[in-house]
Amino acid sequence: MSRKPTRRAFLASGAAAALAACGWDGGRHGRPLLADISRFNDWFSERLFSETRLAPKFDPADRSRSFPNYHIAAMTPRLADPAAWRLEVGGLVRTPLSLTVDDVKQLGTERYTVAHHCVEGWSAIATWAGTPLRALAARAGVLPAARYVRFDSFDRDYYNGWDLASAMHPETILAFGFNDRPIMPEHGAPLRLYAPHKLGYKLTKYLTKITFTTDRPGGYWEDQGYPWYGGV
Amino acid sequence: MPTPRRHHWIVRLTHWCAVVLILGMIASGLQIYGAYPRFGRRGGTLYPNALHDVTFPHWARLGGWLAGGLNWHFFLMWPLMLAGIVYVGYLIVSGEWKKLVFRPRDVPRALAMQKYYLHLSKEHPPQGKHNALQKGAYTFIVCLGMLSVLTGFAVYKPVQLSWLTAIFGGYQLARYWHFCAVWLFVGFLIVHVIMVFVADPASFRAMITGRYRGRYTRDEP
Repeated sequence: MSRKPTRRAFLASGAAAALAACGWDGGRHGRPLLADISRFNDWFSERLFSETRLAPKFDPADRSRSFPNYHIAAMTPRLADPAAWRLEVGGLVRTPLSLTVDDVKQLGTERYTVAHHCVEGWSAIATWAGTPLRALAARAGVLPAARYVRFDSFDRDYYNGWDLASAMHPETILAFGFNDRPIMPEHGAPLRLYAPHKLGYKLTKYLTKITFTTDRPGGYWEDQGYPWYGGV
Repeated sequence: MPTPRRHHWIVRLTHWCAVVLILGMIASGLQIYGAYPRFGRRGGTLYPNALHDVTFPHWARLGGWLAGGLNWHFFLMWPLMLAGIVYVGYLIVSGEWKKLVFRPRDVPRALAMQKYYLHLSKEHPPQGKHNALQKGAYTFIVCLGMLSVLTGFAVYKPVQLSWLTAIFGGYQLARYWHFCAVWLFVGFLIVHVIMVFVADPASFRAMITGRYRGRYTRDEP
């Protein structure tokens, strides 16, 4: 009998805590815990990821009539002098590269019509054309110590980090084509990262630099609390 | 007078954990919903949705913003799945499932029970630990939990688990079923709490202490 009030108090405090939690991101003590769990989910997602599984394909007739785009700069990022643009490939590679879009295209083209998944919950279908990142990696000669890849852009300070396995997937491309046309500035011209197996915020647009690293890079949204792995 | 033991501590623990965790999952889910409060692909046909473009009130959301909602949702899902597995595992190992699973023979009994609740008949139909309507409700809620887990994974990994996503009709329909499950949970919660206090208040204490002092003790040891 004497234990009952304690139980009631316990239940009441639980309910009060649940109510107080609404609209709450975890606070000073909860946020680090949630971040740790998020790292566990990254690990879990890596276990689910297959290096050979290909994304479901769609017919070009299924393409979405509208395809949202965004950037973090105030205006759509555009190159002042497209001819001067180079993609720098560096970090843990035998041969650092500095390539034009045409140099990249020389390494091969992959084309697919797939569903794009945004972290917000929307999805849209489009056709993408680009060079498999692993062809570029083979050209640069990635060293065995590399475990991650960092992607930098000229959309202000937007950047991103990937695990090497996702980056070397055959459907991870450096896209220069969107719906049978050269990619527009809205979608990341002249070159953007694309893959159907990652959420949109992992697909860095307006690429400037690709760096192979041993340390896990952060990311523009990831540093603010979004899941790091972002795989679908 | 010794009171019969009704609920094993595993059942009580998983029950109350599930209460807190399901409320957290719903609240963080409503936060996530706000980022794209509709169903259907961009530039395509949208599925009928009474809550199209609705932003839920602050008190009903958990996480503060999309990333916070996601992090809560992807955290709470683990202990909730664990609670579900422990609960169902206990039912199987103990044989308790026999008193809970709704079977075809429970259909006429459930109708008789419904008549009693609607005051169409005066006699309370005979029952064991649970009446047929309760069996229906408790079987339903376990199935709903499984459906939520499966549609949840279909939304979480539509490429790695594309076969699962395809079973539910694709990514946007999987989101749709996942969202429908929320309102079935809410409906269950409301009816469940009302029935506990209206039909058999002693069952509330039984779920806390494990001991039942109410009216329906026919098959208790």
